[in-house]
Amino acid sequence: MDKDYEDIPGTFVFDADRSREGYHLNQFCISLGKQKGRDAYTADPEAHLAKFPMTEEQKQAVRDQDWNRMLELGGNIYYTAKLAAYHGINFQNLAGLMTGMGVEAYRDMMLHGGRPIEGNRYKKEWGEEE
Amino acid sequence: MARITAGVGCSHVPAIGVAMDTHITDQPYWQPVFAGFEKSREWMKENTPDVIFLVYNDHCTAFDASCIPTFALGCAAEFQPADEGWGPRPVPVVKNHQKLASHIAQSLILDEFDLTIMNEMDVDHGLTVPLSVMFGEHGPDDEWPSLVIPLAVNVVQYPAPTGNRCFNLGKAVRKAIESFDEDLNVMIFGTGGMSHQLQYKRAGLINPEWDKAFLDRLTADPVGLSKTPHVEYLREAGSEGVEMVMWHVMRGALNDEVKEVHRHYHVPASNTAVGHIILENV
Repeated sequence: MDKDYEDIPGTFVFDADRSREGYHLNQFCISLGKQKGRDAYTADPEAHLAKFPMTEEQKQAVRDQDWNRMLELGGNIYYTAKLAAYHGINFQNLAGLMTGMGVEAYRDMMLHGGRPIEGNRYKKEWGEEE
Repeated sequence: MARITAGVGCSHVPAIGVAMDTHITDQPYWQPVFAGFEKSREWMKENTPDVIFLVYNDHCTAFDASCIPTFALGCAAEFQPADEGWGPRPVPVVKNHQKLASHIAQSLILDEFDLTIMNEMDVDHGLTVPLSVMFGEHGPDDEWPSLVIPLAVNVVQYPAPTGNRCFNLGKAVRKAIESFDEDLNVMIFGTGGMSHQLQYKRAGLINPEWDKAFLDRLTADPVGLSKTPHVEYLREAGSEGVEMVMWHVMRGALNDEVKEVHRHYHVPASNTAVGHIILENV
């Protein structure tokens, strides 16, 4: 199936392939949206992780709080944001971490109108292969 | 007969709800966001509808990855504000016009829109933030001034329904509402957007020119606008900007000719461009 969105830089479109790959990772993350899940993860992180048949790479990304790696392995931002919230990181600071800019520089960029569209439409504009 | 009198387009940024819930709307960061809704709140007081048909998306709250309905219509008597990971918002329970909701469900399915019917559902910020910005502060022991029929649209897993499908669904919603016997003033809200990207290295993307053209075309060229392909939202308005397909349900339910009575646009609220429009049927 032709994916006409694969040439957008710095972006994962959460399509059916990504959803399939990330299913158990995302279901783990969403379990933290409820107090019961948060309590279970706090009590015994590895035991709670083990309830979800993720790949070892996915589990390691969770342990490392490696937000971009989770997305690369099929995670979706609305799900990984629950893990971030568990660690006390809000949406804006999570975005700051994912961009590599850091929280302060990211917040400052948003206050000045955000990331412009010019130069950010195509991977080739980022010097990346399409 | 029930009738649709107006449509509202509105962002549903969660941080806007947090700002209201923590009473920091006067801070310099938030003041310009809320200033643009002052006129909207007056207008809502003067034109309070009996029922709001509210199109929004659930953010993996009522639906996790195990079940992803494209269109889910809330038919329960009431909907509790959801715990999204930091406790439920301190806002009123959302009450439905259950008889109208079930009438709409039946009418839409016979019109070949294969809905999912929700008889139990919690509602997240996607639904409650637009109510808060339009009605102002209401605590958990208050009541919302209008009944609300929620329509949850999948925009989390690609592909969301097309803009064209959403526009046509809006037309079918109107037909359903206008075939309901009770004399009701109904408004329709389309929520989400505007340009924003929450994820990965391009996070923070904002495209005000694109957003403003979108707002302009809601009156100037709504049908053409509804044909916008998904890849254009993803590229030009950010990966989460595709939420704006939900505005087409609202626009499709209105007359061909509408009057724009108010518009508000501000960057930023957290990661997002805030957009808002009020359209009256003429």
